[in-house]
Amino acid sequence: MTTESLLWLLPLPPLVSFFVIVLLTNRNKALSHAIAVGAAALSWLLGMVVFVRALQTGMEHLGEEPFRSAVAWLPTGNTAFEIGVSLDPLGTVALFFVAWTVLMIFIYSTGYHNYGQPEGDHDLKGLPPHGATLTDESGHKHTVPSVEPNYSRFFAFISLFAFGMYLLVVSDNLLTLFVGWEIMGLCSYLLIGFWFAKPSARAAAVKAFMTTRIGDVFMLLGLVYLYSLAGSLSYEVIFSPETLEMLADTAAVGGFLGLTAAGLIGILLLVGTVGKSAQFPLHVWLPDAMEGPTPVSAMIHAATMVSAGVYMVIRIFPILSAGGGHGELTPPMMTMAFIGAFTALFAATIAVAQNDIKRVLAYSTISQLGFMIAALGIGAYVAAAFHLMTHAFFKALLFLGSGSVIHGMEHGVLHTGNHDVDPQDMMNMGGLSKKMPITFWTFTIGGMALAGFPFVTAGFWSKDEIFAEAWSVFANEGNPWGLFVLVMLGLAALLTAFYTMRQIMLTFAGEPRTKEAEHAHETPWTMTLPLVVLSFFAVTAGWIGIPNDFLGLNLGKINKFHGVVETLLPSEIEIPALEFSFVPLVVSLVVALGGLLIGWLLYKDFKAGQTDPMKRLLGGFFPVLQNKYYVDELYQATFVRFSEWVSETVAFRWLDRAIIDGFLHTVARVAYNLGSVFRDRFELPVIHNAGDLAGESVKKFGFNFRVLQTGRVQQYMLLVLVNVIAFGALFYYLLEIAGK
Amino acid sequence: MIPLSWYLILAAALFSVGLYGVLARKNAIAILMGVELMLNAVNINLVAFWRYQAPEQVVGQVFAIMVFAVSAAEVAVGLALVISLYRRRRTVVAENIDLLKW
Repeated sequence: MTTESLLWLLPLPPLVSFFVIVLLTNRNKALSHAIAVGAAALSWLLGMVVFVRALQTGMEHLGEEPFRSAVAWLPTGNTAFEIGVSLDPLGTVALFFVAWTVLMIFIYSTGYHNYGQPEGDHDLKGLPPHGATLTDESGHKHTVPSVEPNYSRFFAFISLFAFGMYLLVVSDNLLTLFVGWEIMGLCSYLLIGFWFAKPSARAAAVKAFMTTRIGDVFMLLGLVYLYSLAGSLSYEVIFSPETLEMLADTAAVGGFLGLTAAGLIGILLLVGTVGKSAQFPLHVWLPDAMEGPTPVSAMIHAATMVSAGVYMVIRIFPILSAGGGHGELTPPMMTMAFIGAFTALFAATIAVAQNDIKRVLAYSTISQLGFMIAALGIGAYVAAAFHLMTHAFFKALLFLGSGSVIHGMEHGVLHTGNHDVDPQDMMNMGGLSKKMPITFWTFTIGGMALAGFPFVTAGFWSKDEIFAEAWSVFANEGNPWGLFVLVMLGLAALLTAFYTMRQIMLTFAGEPRTKEAEHAHETPWTMTLPLVVLSFFAVTAGWIGIPNDFLGLNLGKINKFHGVVETLLPSEIEIPALEFSFVPLVVSLVVALGGLLIGWLLYKDFKAGQTDPMKRLLGGFFPVLQNKYYVDELYQATFVRFSEWVSETVAFRWLDRAIIDGFLHTVARVAYNLGSVFRDRFELPVIHNAGDLAGESVKKFGFNFRVLQTGRVQQYMLLVLVNVIAFGALFYYLLEIAGK
Repeated sequence: MIPLSWYLILAAALFSVGLYGVLARKNAIAILMGVELMLNAVNINLVAFWRYQAPEQVVGQVFAIMVFAVSAAEVAVGLALVISLYRRRRTVVAENIDLLKW
């Protein structure tokens, strides 16, 4: 099988799985998850085969000549719009982490939704499972976790989601990328609102869809504008040097803000990523999206969907940087640098004050995505792609780990029967390192990777590379943006290490602070195995990105990654290899170790009932952070209320009821009256009565005439006689006249 | 010889009497008698025309005899009908046989 055929086949198994589960196996839980996990495994296998073949071809060669196959799909006059698949080095990287994380999350989901457990006592479809009571031989009742009622539906949706992501990764043009993008947006809505009977989940699902939709509208505008200028959306065409030059030289339509066409397109497409990857100001949906089950949070909001936003921006980097020379940032890049750095710091500050274990991770994701966008903003797309990959692994690991913790806590809640205790609140946890060791170790590895613990975690290498690039942009090319990004991201990294340590200490260290935490225990292998696998990648995935001249040592060609992604840009532009400098390395070490240390110091003696040290430190500022700077309230008061007014009053009352319905009712009334007039003036007197008249007159005639028929023969004969005489006379006179 | 017209007038008168009998008598058998009278009137006509127009041919006499035979047969049938009618309806008054009225 050629690699191109494998690429075409890659997205299909999850799609088939979706349809099979929805149409056929919905009732059968075992069959549904078998099909879903099997499909994910099949796609994983195909992905790994493609990955190995890509490695064998060699990354530089793959950059020059990616695997590609396209078909003419939509006739457009003399030409046709082509869609197809392609795999270049960036795609190889993406395919690798998507395949692994998707498979791990699918396996994890079977355990998370308690497959094999009994059905709940009063579980309803659309609500989270509440536990089943089992009575053992001695009559002792205890509550155990129950299986999710809508089990198969979950696997159907995540299969569709996996299809969307694979489609996005293998596509060779921006249109099918957008299709995959939107499919994931839909599945995000369906999965966040998976427990649809909870009003908070419904609201969160709508919020996620609406917010990303805003981004998607602008992205579509960008795609349309790009197509109108370039005549195609295939990567081959739009990233060719000629097209890039044309885009950089053309002024944007209407001289918009003095941008070039490339600049406007770049900014429009960037807005799509701002929505999808939850950057400020469209970040509001991601924390609420934690209403969905934890595998959803892991897949959609850590490893794949939000990564799709960054992947797309890396992919279109040639357009974003068109027109800029070395060291000079184009307007889209400056926008990205600002938004990314700002979001990174903004979200990190909010994460510091959150108590829900998933909320911390949500804001952490927003912050880390900000890192990647900022890196792209200063031109460090290799570092951004590197961080994308490592982040997918450790963030998925952290989310799955948090799900494991929540499961353990829920077990405690079921045991004590106290349902007022929130199993997701870190203040209720503590001491779980002894109760759930595998979860503890894997979560810690993920947390260290997130914080950037030196050398042995993947996050360190990717974050360090971003810092190195930022420093280089500032020091070697003299661009102040580099310093801005370095400072903002450095602060964000410090806070990241701090809140990560805070999270680990609050959850796992010390003694259990509630009864529920005391009764937690480790989760089954279906949940811990993916954690172990992902932690392996969280440690090792960074090593392929070690710079060749790290610490001034010549480590040979250890860095495979740089050669990988630098091929995104046309070969005329040379990327000078990054010289090693101690400054970013020191910054990395200081912020990571410093943040971890501060977190450890503040929280190592935290006991039940104490106030959060952050509250004491920040005082009045703490509620601002905890309430996310009141951004949601601001949006509610302005955009949401306005939209609701437009919907309710303008669209519904005025347009729909008054104008459209009014028109229809008028037409109906006119038609009815016209019909009545016709009926009364014409049909009734003329047609109806005339018809009756004909019949009635015949009847009358017959009625009057029948008296002739008496039945008496003699009268008949008399009549005959009379007639004979009459006719005889008539003929006689006629003949006489004729004779004359 | 007496003029032909005398015989014809006689036959006409006889025919009218017979016609009057058919139209005005109540009893069905009397009606049949009227019919016989009309037939006899016809016979007189036939014979008169034979004797005065072509006495040498025998066809006139034969015609008259045919009429006799036919009238006899027809009366037999008519009487049979009247008997059957009487047996059904116990009456021979023609006016009472009016089932075929509207």
